[in-house]
Amino acid sequence: MVPAGKGIPVAVNSSFTMTDMSEASRSTGTQLVKRGLAEMLKGGVIMDVVTADQAKIAEDAGAVAVMALERVPADIRVDGGVARMSDPIMIEGIQDEVTIPVMAKARIGHFVEAQILEALGVDYVDESEVLSPADEAHHIDKWAFTVPFVCGATNLGEALRRISEGACMIRSKGEAGTGNVIEAVRHLRSITGDVRRIGQSDSAELFEWAKRLQAPLPLVQEVAETGRLPVPLFCAGGLATPADAALAMQLGAESVFVGSGIFKSDDPAPRAKAIVEATTHFEDPQILAKVSRGLGTPMTGIGMDEAKVTYADRGW
Amino acid sequence: MKVGILALQGAFAAHGRVLDSLGAAAIEVRGAQDLGETDRLIIPGGESTTMSLLAETNDLLAPLKEYLNSGKPVFGTCAGAILLARCIEGGRADQHVLDALDITVERNAFGTQRESFSEDLEIAGLDSPFHAVFIRAPRITARGASVETLAALEGSPALVRSGSVLVSTFHPELSADSRLHEMFLAIPRGK
Repeated sequence: MVPAGKGIPVAVNSSFTMTDMSEASRSTGTQLVKRGLAEMLKGGVIMDVVTADQAKIAEDAGAVAVMALERVPADIRVDGGVARMSDPIMIEGIQDEVTIPVMAKARIGHFVEAQILEALGVDYVDESEVLSPADEAHHIDKWAFTVPFVCGATNLGEALRRISEGACMIRSKGEAGTGNVIEAVRHLRSITGDVRRIGQSDSAELFEWAKRLQAPLPLVQEVAETGRLPVPLFCAGGLATPADAALAMQLGAESVFVGSGIFKSDDPAPRAKAIVEATTHFEDPQILAKVSRGLGTPMTGIGMDEAKVTYADRGW
Repeated sequence: MKVGILALQGAFAAHGRVLDSLGAAAIEVRGAQDLGETDRLIIPGGESTTMSLLAETNDLLAPLKEYLNSGKPVFGTCAGAILLARCIEGGRADQHVLDALDITVERNAFGTQRESFSEDLEIAGLDSPFHAVFIRAPRITARGASVETLAALEGSPALVRSGSVLVSTFHPELSADSRLHEMFLAIPRGK
């Protein structure tokens, strides 16, 4: 329990008068501030939730953020039809329930859904392929927003194009709603593998990389210089177990998104907690063995040859 | 000297990069055993509720309190400030505090991410302003007489020190400016 308020009211030291800078020097919505929140979410688990009750379970389990959406991807897959931004009432209900950051999804290219989500004060907008795309050629111009964006990518070129549009976090797409980790592994390996290969290229080869990846040269050069993606790289799409989360982390992801994997399992709360532990201790097999015990049945999932729609193909 | 960075969750990698640039030996701390190998500790920003929970499930609360009692210097940034505080406002009922210094901290005091910002702060002991990044930042709403204010924002302390404990409500690890880490590394062991 937190003890009741003690301590004297704050008074700034009188010898220290230059401290209160004017609002004029304050910057909001800069890349520094937007990418900053992604840094804070590292080593954590972001969980898909469809109700305030689920959001509470997620926060209780140690989620670093929740993704508020109307249906988890597994249900979108079954239901079919057009999947859109969630009802603001539902998003606000979740914002009221938890103290951790709340993210929400907008359709690819649907900048008005993003404007609405920004107006609602969500902490991150996911321009997501899990929803039905609204534009077959253009993604949202994310520079125009104060709220930061996360976007999916299947390869480094796609990741750098999204970053050039202003995305402040990239998540490998995987294949949402399948409970099958194979696509997440493929996309993550593709991105981190090319980052490593670019790091070994000479300056002349970077022009060829930019052409081949269809990505802006300055971003390719930045990757070559730093040896990593310019923004945090998280992993999503098909993770269902603590071992899946640790696998993504060992492959180079800096955090994980778990969607249907938690609330489509038999017993969501202990599974959520175990995935949180596994993400922190991703390199410690003893702890992974401990937290993997007795979690009940994970979501059944589907094989990739059974998936009628591949969401990962959405995005340009 | 070995610097530990609590790596249960959050911006531990960013702190690690600053320490690397200063040539300081750093290790990530995920359990009590790691903690034992260190001479000082950074508790990074991240989600304070997640860190509190993971500190509990990994049996780190008592070792952390012992560490603080031993006088080894500790630097808490943002969520780290919340964990080190005496009291939390706007926290979860089950959220742990280490009571390392006499401050009360209000969580998410500025609003959602839309209201996150950066701005120049004058800091006692630095000869030019420090560009400070505030992400869903907390605010120190009360402090005891033992706590010294080194920088303030809108009349509230943003950087404070009490003995060998240094606390900021902002994120020095994001600013490409290592002066606060240098300040922390220069703090002598207490007691």
